[in-house]
Amino acid sequence: MNENVVEVENLVKKFGSFIANDNLSFEVKRGEIFGFLGANGAGKTTTIRILVGLSPLTSGKVSVAGFDVTKQAEQVKKRIGYMCQKFSLYEDLTAEENIRLYGGIYGLSKREILQRSDSLLNRLKFEQYRKRLIGDLPPGMRQKLAFSVALLHNPEIVFLDEPTGGVDPFTRRQFWEMIYETASKGVTLFVTTHYMDEAEYCDRISIMDEGKIVALDTPSELKKRYKTKTVEDLFVKIARG
Amino acid sequence: MKIFIGFVKKEFLHIFRDVRTLIILFGIPASQIFIFGYAVSTDIQNAGIAVLDLSNDEITTEITSRIESSDFFVLKERLQSEKEIDEAFKKGVIRQVIIFENGFGERLQKEGVADLLIIADGSEPNVANLVTGYTKSIISTWVSENSNIQNSGIMSIEPEVKMYYNPNLESQFMFVPGTITIILVLVCALMTSITITREKENGTMEVLLVSPLRPIHIILGKVAPYLLLSLLVMLVILFLSWIVFHLPVQGSMVLLLLETILYIVLALSLGIMISTLSKTTQQAMFISLLGLMMPTILLSGFIFPIEYMPEVYNYLSMIIPPRWFIVILKNILIKGTGLAFIWKETLILFGMTIFLIAFSVKNFKVRQQ
Repeated sequence: MNENVVEVENLVKKFGSFIANDNLSFEVKRGEIFGFLGANGAGKTTTIRILVGLSPLTSGKVSVAGFDVTKQAEQVKKRIGYMCQKFSLYEDLTAEENIRLYGGIYGLSKREILQRSDSLLNRLKFEQYRKRLIGDLPPGMRQKLAFSVALLHNPEIVFLDEPTGGVDPFTRRQFWEMIYETASKGVTLFVTTHYMDEAEYCDRISIMDEGKIVALDTPSELKKRYKTKTVEDLFVKIARG
Repeated sequence: MKIFIGFVKKEFLHIFRDVRTLIILFGIPASQIFIFGYAVSTDIQNAGIAVLDLSNDEITTEITSRIESSDFFVLKERLQSEKEIDEAFKKGVIRQVIIFENGFGERLQKEGVADLLIIADGSEPNVANLVTGYTKSIISTWVSENSNIQNSGIMSIEPEVKMYYNPNLESQFMFVPGTITIILVLVCALMTSITITREKENGTMEVLLVSPLRPIHIILGKVAPYLLLSLLVMLVILFLSWIVFHLPVQGSMVLLLLETILYIVLALSLGIMISTLSKTTQQAMFISLLGLMMPTILLSGFIFPIEYMPEVYNYLSMIIPPRWFIVILKNILIKGTGLAFIWKETLILFGMTIFLIAFSVKNFKVRQQ
């Protein structure tokens, strides 16, 4: 059993002459929360887009959930979940309809969809909002629902691209509790964020700068190595230095 | 397939939840039919007419004054001979000339039958129909009233109607093919381009692309509901024009529907192409309205006849699909002709469709880079 859910070797992505990802190599282990940090424009989103199969790579080797993203994209797609920066549910559909739609897209049977949506809404204490349009729900709730929907088909790994952008601190805390709970079930989480307090919660973090990974380890190890108190100081030191 | 159907269902939900979409889908076609059908034509008040009275007796004078006294007509000229008819029409102030035959009154009283000729200006078919229709009904009212009072046996006046220009009233009901053509482009191209770019804007397109759905399924799934609804809209328009304007479908209904499907697919691929070219729904709307609606209305021959256009515009109109579809509709709907007369237009539309689909597929892939 391969314990690395993501394996990246010498990944290069060029847009014309601009190099967005400059020879990246890293692994993500099964069940870990992997924080993927970097300033705006450092190339994080490009990397995520390659990992989920939205964007082809220029050279290198990338495998996700044990399959090559270029050659076995279909196998990869079934095994991953994705929540992008922008909101990913349909606002003019109800919570229930959104769940049914995504369940259907991932080929779940009617019974599976019913069971999982019941337990999902139950867990989130959302039963009373089942028939409400997503557009009528507060942003924090939508975000939590979107995350649960991304987990609906039991993916091995979920990519969260700035999932807590524009969410209040209280909901952010709840959201991270959900992330922990998910990780405890053996699901791998690949998270990008601009909130450095969130980076502290990660098992391991990588920091990208100008298309390269400049640091990768546990938060405490990195703080020790760079002699900083917080990840925030660390980030500023590395990304600006 | 089950996955695909679920996806299509979601698209229908989008449409039915959005009142604006429904209004565009069904409200606009209905109102257009009424605007083009009624507002443009029913308003005949004080239409100018001329009378050529070759008999000049009591009865012709009475009928003339009856027509004159109605709100619909104003007697502009009394002609003396048939030679003056042409000139009267060329002046453009009269809609019709009413001609009483020589010895009209005498013949009517003796034989109970007299001939009346109505010549109408056929260059505006709707008006011509209304004008002659009103005239005929005024005359028949007069006839029935006078038959009763005088009790002098059955009288009958047989008005014969001729059109001065455009004797076959070729552009009659032109607004129906025109409306169908415009509405289908509007619904298919505009709506699909908007719904696809909206998913891009909202970020849901990325989520769909990451899912096991193939891009081709996403596109087909988004487009399928519009194909069905557009066909429904087409039937609604035909039904309305049949009920309101008594326009029957002269040709084969099957051929009509097949040609319509071809045109809808063409318009849908136009919409897909527009969506690959635009990043936001606003852009998509602009391209659709300026790039599609305007040329369709101005250059398709719907409002301005193509024959009278400057040569440059004539050539320009050839790349506009509606130009060809209007010809097809006109043939099937009004003339009742079959495929033999429209195979050329059909082939052109078919070629355009293939080209657009190929272009969109290529562009869609490139965009994903």
